[in-house]
Amino acid sequence: MWYYIARRIAYAIPIAIGVTVFCFALVFLAPGNPVQMLLPADASQEVVDLIMKTYGFDRPLPVQYWTWLMRAVVGDLGVSIQSNRPVIDEVLRALANTVFLSFGAVMLAFSIAFVLGTLAAYYRGSATDRGVTALSIVGVSIPNYWLGIVLVIIFAVELNWLPATGMGPGGSETFDLFNWSHFKHVILPIITLCMVPVGMITRTTRSAVSEVLGNEFVNTLRAKGLDELAVIRHALKNAMPQILAVMGLQFGYLMGGSILVETIFNWPGTGFLLNKAILTRDIPVLQGTILILALVFVVTNLIVDLFQTAVDPRIKRS
Amino acid sequence: MTDFTTATRLLTAEEEAPATKVRGYWQNVGYRLRYDYVTLAFAVVIVLIIAMAVFAPWIAPKDPYKTSMAFRLRPVGFRDFYLGTDELGRDILSRLIHGGRMSLLMGVVPVVFATLIGGFLGVLAGFIGGKLNMAIMRTMDVFYAFPSILLAVAISGAMGGGMANGMVALTLVFIPPLCRISETATTQVRGLDFVEAARASGGSTASIIATHILGNVLGPIFIYASGLVSVSILIASGLSFLGLGVEPPHPDWGLMLSTLRQSIYVNPIVCALPGVMIFVTSLAFNMVSDGLRQAMDVRL
Repeated sequence: MWYYIARRIAYAIPIAIGVTVFCFALVFLAPGNPVQMLLPADASQEVVDLIMKTYGFDRPLPVQYWTWLMRAVVGDLGVSIQSNRPVIDEVLRALANTVFLSFGAVMLAFSIAFVLGTLAAYYRGSATDRGVTALSIVGVSIPNYWLGIVLVIIFAVELNWLPATGMGPGGSETFDLFNWSHFKHVILPIITLCMVPVGMITRTTRSAVSEVLGNEFVNTLRAKGLDELAVIRHALKNAMPQILAVMGLQFGYLMGGSILVETIFNWPGTGFLLNKAILTRDIPVLQGTILILALVFVVTNLIVDLFQTAVDPRIKRS
Repeated sequence: MTDFTTATRLLTAEEEAPATKVRGYWQNVGYRLRYDYVTLAFAVVIVLIIAMAVFAPWIAPKDPYKTSMAFRLRPVGFRDFYLGTDELGRDILSRLIHGGRMSLLMGVVPVVFATLIGGFLGVLAGFIGGKLNMAIMRTMDVFYAFPSILLAVAISGAMGGGMANGMVALTLVFIPPLCRISETATTQVRGLDFVEAARASGGSTASIIATHILGNVLGPIFIYASGLVSVSILIASGLSFLGLGVEPPHPDWGLMLSTLRQSIYVNPIVCALPGVMIFVTSLAFNMVSDGLRQAMDVRL
């Protein structure tokens, strides 16, 4: 088992390095000169050269990458062109908000999908099953940025029950979970974000539980006179590692994929930050945000894998 | 005597035509699809959407670019603006019909290119194996470390938006999963006896791939790619929504949704319409892909 864990961690390292190379290369995907954004349009060639030299853009690429990486490792991701604040501070503050949103959405999705998937698996082939399957396909097909707008139209514009944007009253920058005036800001974003995970987790739960229910030990349980609830409990216990793995993956996807939903609800998370950086061509923020989000995703995947190994003895043996 | 005649009759019957028709694989697939009414219905929806996009100039009642300061943000059913007008007074219905062109193009083209490139790389990695496999698949793993929307936003955001850049970004996003699918399928087929036999009888690598491998891996690749179209349409419209895809004033569902969003307090129903188109298209592709997967009996 320790061998497996060590190997899995060792496997994540080259991927993390690859991620840093990709994020470093993003600057060079941008059209024109990397320092153009810092300079007035009519800057003379000498000034451009001078700036290129001070920022180190005249040195060979591998050297530039190494310098950039060494700075990134100690948390120096450069300075935002727009706000002049360190990128790392902005990203970390936004990251906390996104983690909160994604975690809430995955938890909500899990509670819905768990029940639906189990029902569909238990009544396999019935109308319930078909309904749940259709619902899960709708969940993954619905454009969540559109769903967000529709929810805003219904609950904010027409009914005026919930606020349309922001994370607290009066453009508040802090969030208090136990305060209703704050909490009501999070309801619509979480419902919007949970649609895709609901679809995915329902699908996995359904297939995992119905696979377990097809096993022979289930017949044994029934033959011994266990009531149906106990049978389902046994099936769920066996299907759980798979379901939790999908949950972890979905959490990772939401962390990176919430850009559209955060933009709609003006939720000050990483997606919102990224969108702002794109609009203002703030490349250091763009690069830093993507780097942090990708690393979070790599670590989430690692944790999911390790967790699955820990709870499912079948993996250890192989 | 009776036994004898029965036997003769059976024999002659068998000579003329087999008693039970043995259906080929594709006949089976067609048979299953013919009775899958849900998939057929959604296939019709796709055909209609494509026809609408192709024949847009002939179907659309008005010019999708014609603005009108007098009739801005009119509701559904205002005069002959059947679905209302947008913030510049353009006819929503005509723009929705024309918008299908951009949205479908941006959704489908990247999947086609990614299938060709990713499929090629995957078959190569799977068949040749060894160091080449390591090099290709480990590179793909790096791109797996990004959620697909984030990767698309990162690439097109850095390149500066625009429809062409958006399509390049989407292609890059879909190459890794397609590469992985075709690599897995190829590795499974490569170890089978008939490939060994082909090699023993002197088949070259290229001819073995063309005649023996491709026939067995195209199914899974095709099914997976058809499922990606739905995702691609969602992300493509999402990029346009963020201002990274189709540029104004061109009609595109994602872009329309983004500009109309400013007017939800004025004209809520009209603002939600472009999203309905995205949703229906994405749902139809998803359902058909699902039906095809079941009919072709492919496990991914």
